[in-house]
Amino acid sequence: MSASMNGVTSEKYQLTVSPDFPAKRMSSWFIFNTWLQKALGMPIHLELYPDFDSQRAAISADKVDIIYANPYDAAMLVREKGFVSVARPAGKCDECIVAVAAGSGAQVVEDLKPICRVARTDDPGVNLVGMILLEPASLGHDNTQILTVESYPLVAKALMRGEAEVGFFLAEAFDELSSLVRHQLRPLVHSQISDFSHVLLLGSRLAERREEVTRVLLDMPAEAKGQDVLAELGFAAWERVTQEDTEFMIDLMDTLKA
Amino acid sequence: MLPDMNPADVIGSYREVVLPLYGLPPRRVLLVDREVAYPDGRLIVSVTDLRGVITHCNSAFVEMSGYPQETLIGAEHSILRHPDMPAIAFKGLWDDVQAGKIWHGYVKNLRRDGAFYWVYATVIPNVRAGKVQGYTSVRRKPARLKVAEAARLYAQLLAGEGGK
Repeated sequence: MSASMNGVTSEKYQLTVSPDFPAKRMSSWFIFNTWLQKALGMPIHLELYPDFDSQRAAISADKVDIIYANPYDAAMLVREKGFVSVARPAGKCDECIVAVAAGSGAQVVEDLKPICRVARTDDPGVNLVGMILLEPASLGHDNTQILTVESYPLVAKALMRGEAEVGFFLAEAFDELSSLVRHQLRPLVHSQISDFSHVLLLGSRLAERREEVTRVLLDMPAEAKGQDVLAELGFAAWERVTQEDTEFMIDLMDTLKA
Repeated sequence: MLPDMNPADVIGSYREVVLPLYGLPPRRVLLVDREVAYPDGRLIVSVTDLRGVITHCNSAFVEMSGYPQETLIGAEHSILRHPDMPAIAFKGLWDDVQAGKIWHGYVKNLRRDGAFYWVYATVIPNVRAGKVQGYTSVRRKPARLKVAEAARLYAQLLAGEGGK
């Protein structure tokens, strides 16, 4: 299948991104893909899936070679599909915000009562952590009512319209809501886990190029174009992730799933 | 071996208990009747080797335990053991994780200053290349209702063990 010559392959690879990235970053990933193709000298097609289910179907069908994965999916990709870890955004962690409407009577999580209506997206990692943050109120799957919507702005809308008492947000997505919307919401709990982050992983067809891919990513801040691309993505640098770093993150995720 | 607790570290009046520890010499612990609330949004994380010696702990672990990280790394996890916890609870934990299973439970932990805090703990075996090389434990904020149930159960179990 592979037609390689002098280390440069004509085979086309697929890059994809966890569907939880903010909509305003969509063009950033196209810019990153253009840069990555040039840096690695190989053709890469960026495929952005509209939701987690369609992305998982593509992963199951072995269509994905490079993925910027959320920590929840990283577990499946590494343990079940043999992906290897490369890098993560330096100093950037995935955190979750549990928010209520600004006028809600709930001041702390323990004020929430069953049956509590929860608005959320289909982001599995955020939903997992969000439910854990509700545990101090003795709330779980048996005494909450879930309203799944397509995006974080729609989670906000559900809270503002009183369709849900509480909403789960990726903290980065909450921060990127318009100030008008944010003023109508109030964070009840902000996770401070620090150990979860998105991570760039390579599938089996590219695993042997792990060091090369890592090097070009780590070198990005050293050149002007690389800095521009990073600025588009919203972080200053990549940092190396060893396989053990990723295994540790997966162990943590597994304890929360259990 | 865990050193005895130091009265200089303890805040307020305390009572002293000699705590038997499985596989270790007994430890003199100093107890203060004060609960420290679990902080919202945090996870307390640690990793131990197969003998229960701490090899990694995060900042929430350091803050809630009151011990500096350099004291915790290399210490047995039972540095947090509170005498209100029945031995059988930890036997269940070890039986489960050594059998490759996940363990959950409510745990009352002892701080360096003699106070205590409750957690909901999950412990999983760390499997690498098919072999268990240690254990990861993640603690999170428990529901008060569950803490009250656990405290009642542990008191009964302790009475059965001939404890206080």
